[in-house]
Amino acid sequence: MTITLERPMVRRKESPAPQANGGQYAIETNGLNIYYGAFHAVRNVEMKVARRKITAMIGPSGCGKSTVLRCFNRMNDLIPSARIEGEVLFQGENIYADYVDSVEVRRRIGMVFQKANPFPKSIYDNVAWGARINGFKGNVDNMVERSLRGAALWDEVKDKLQQSALGLSGGQQQRLCIARAIAVEPEIILMDEPASALDPIATLRIEDLMQELAKDYTIIVVTHNMQQAARVSDFTAFFSVDEQRTGHMVEFGPTDQIFTNPSDQRTEDYITGRFG
Amino acid sequence: MKSDALVLPRMQVASGGNASPLRHRVRWGERLIQGFLFLCGAVSILTTVGIVAVLGRESLLFFASPEVHLSEFFGTTTWQPAIERFGIWPLVTATLITSSIAMLVALPLGLAVAIYLSEYASDKARAILKPVMEILAGVPTVVYGYFALTFMTPLLRSIFGRDVVEIYNTASAGIVIGILIIPLVSSMAEDALRAVPDSLRQAAYGLGATKLETAVRVVLPAALSGVTAAFIVAISRAVGETMVVAIAAGAGPKFTFNPFEAAETMTGHIVRISGGDLSYDSIDYNSIFAIGLLLFVMTLTLNVISQRIVRRFREVYE
Repeated sequence: MTITLERPMVRRKESPAPQANGGQYAIETNGLNIYYGAFHAVRNVEMKVARRKITAMIGPSGCGKSTVLRCFNRMNDLIPSARIEGEVLFQGENIYADYVDSVEVRRRIGMVFQKANPFPKSIYDNVAWGARINGFKGNVDNMVERSLRGAALWDEVKDKLQQSALGLSGGQQQRLCIARAIAVEPEIILMDEPASALDPIATLRIEDLMQELAKDYTIIVVTHNMQQAARVSDFTAFFSVDEQRTGHMVEFGPTDQIFTNPSDQRTEDYITGRFG
Repeated sequence: MKSDALVLPRMQVASGGNASPLRHRVRWGERLIQGFLFLCGAVSILTTVGIVAVLGRESLLFFASPEVHLSEFFGTTTWQPAIERFGIWPLVTATLITSSIAMLVALPLGLAVAIYLSEYASDKARAILKPVMEILAGVPTVVYGYFALTFMTPLLRSIFGRDVVEIYNTASAGIVIGILIIPLVSSMAEDALRAVPDSLRQAAYGLGATKLETAVRVVLPAALSGVTAAFIVAISRAVGETMVVAIAAGAGPKFTFNPFEAAETMTGHIVRISGGDLSYDSIDYNSIFAIGLLLFVMTLTLNVISQRIVRRFREVYE
């Protein structure tokens, strides 16, 4: 591999306490509260996301699971009214510390969105784009092929790399977005309901791909589909929403335990389909 | 119950179509409105046809007259109707110079304003900047003409020297035309940029792109067709702008490529000639229609070329 992307996450000034090994967890939150203006969207999330595992976030609509996910790579910065309290530690380093550059955070914590959003460019350029803006100096052809293979898309598109990405099917587009995300070699991939707009077969392919990717990446996935969480994830966080419409995490643990022996009545009600 | 409802209309059709509740009704209001709307659309088409017809007929008279030869019209560089010299180039070059300078000013600035408004500006900044741009767009062009003559020209003369820059010059007019069409470029380009779906911006940010990288390398290419459309309209506007050049560019055709010299553009010439005592059906009179026709052909060609470019390079995002 000829990646020469090594840039410290710190751009503006030196980190006061750089942690060499980067902590035990990929993501760890401490007293995370999220507000939109005066609205308290999510309260007191305490979550420890294991490295190179798939962690699923489930819960009813409006419980704040997507909001929390978008906090993990500072995508909420783009919403002017959004405000957070508490810490989000990425490998032991608080990504909301003053000295941290949000652009660097997003380079290391990639994202795949609910609706496939390939750029209106060729398949090749879609994959190469992120690496190029991050100063990739190696062989772009190899990098594109490697990323497309990594996203299980290579065989389907290798003969039409210069064609528009928008000619692909929905499932292919979503895998292209995954290829695009892994092309910049992030450490974590956040997925916000990546299969909710896909048919069952395309969904299955994405799930297979997630399990393949978990060998190299930490994956955090928000999903409405409880079977999906049960099928693919190692850990599951169940979120719910209270009377003030404030979301909170009810329970977090190994997926087996959450689905077979939940410790909270609300979790049990949700996964057995009594509400939500 | 259900089968009754299904059977009922069928029975009525059988017993005579006119009684059916599904029978076609004539809606006069609907027809009237449709006709009216069609007429409104037809007016603009008919106007264009009328303009082209008038331009064409009068130009034909001009080119058919014995004093004029097509080879002279396109092949010589002196335009002096008084001595029956009809070489179009001095007017064309002056128009090209003023429009090119105008585009050099308006395209980068207008695009920069559009990118700022669409990608960077806070709601507050936009709330101030947009109305200011609209005021700029609302200033009468005659005011811009005197702005060129009494502000821009002295400015140019103080920078480049009085002996270099003439009092009437195409550079000053061109710069001011550029300023005049900035609001046009920026508002059309901004519309195109804002129409790019947010999901593309999010995708770029999610890959670790900065704001500038997102704006220039994702949003702008995706909005290219709309931005180019803005440029086309702006060029046509610059080529056709009359008041500023009539006041500030000079009153007399002159074949020159020096933007600091006085020269008369096609529009400027038309407005000066038709302002004087021009006798109907004279060759001078017909000549302005020939100039008008050439202007029309020029903008039409620009439109066609740029539409081809757009079709070739645009990134369709839906």
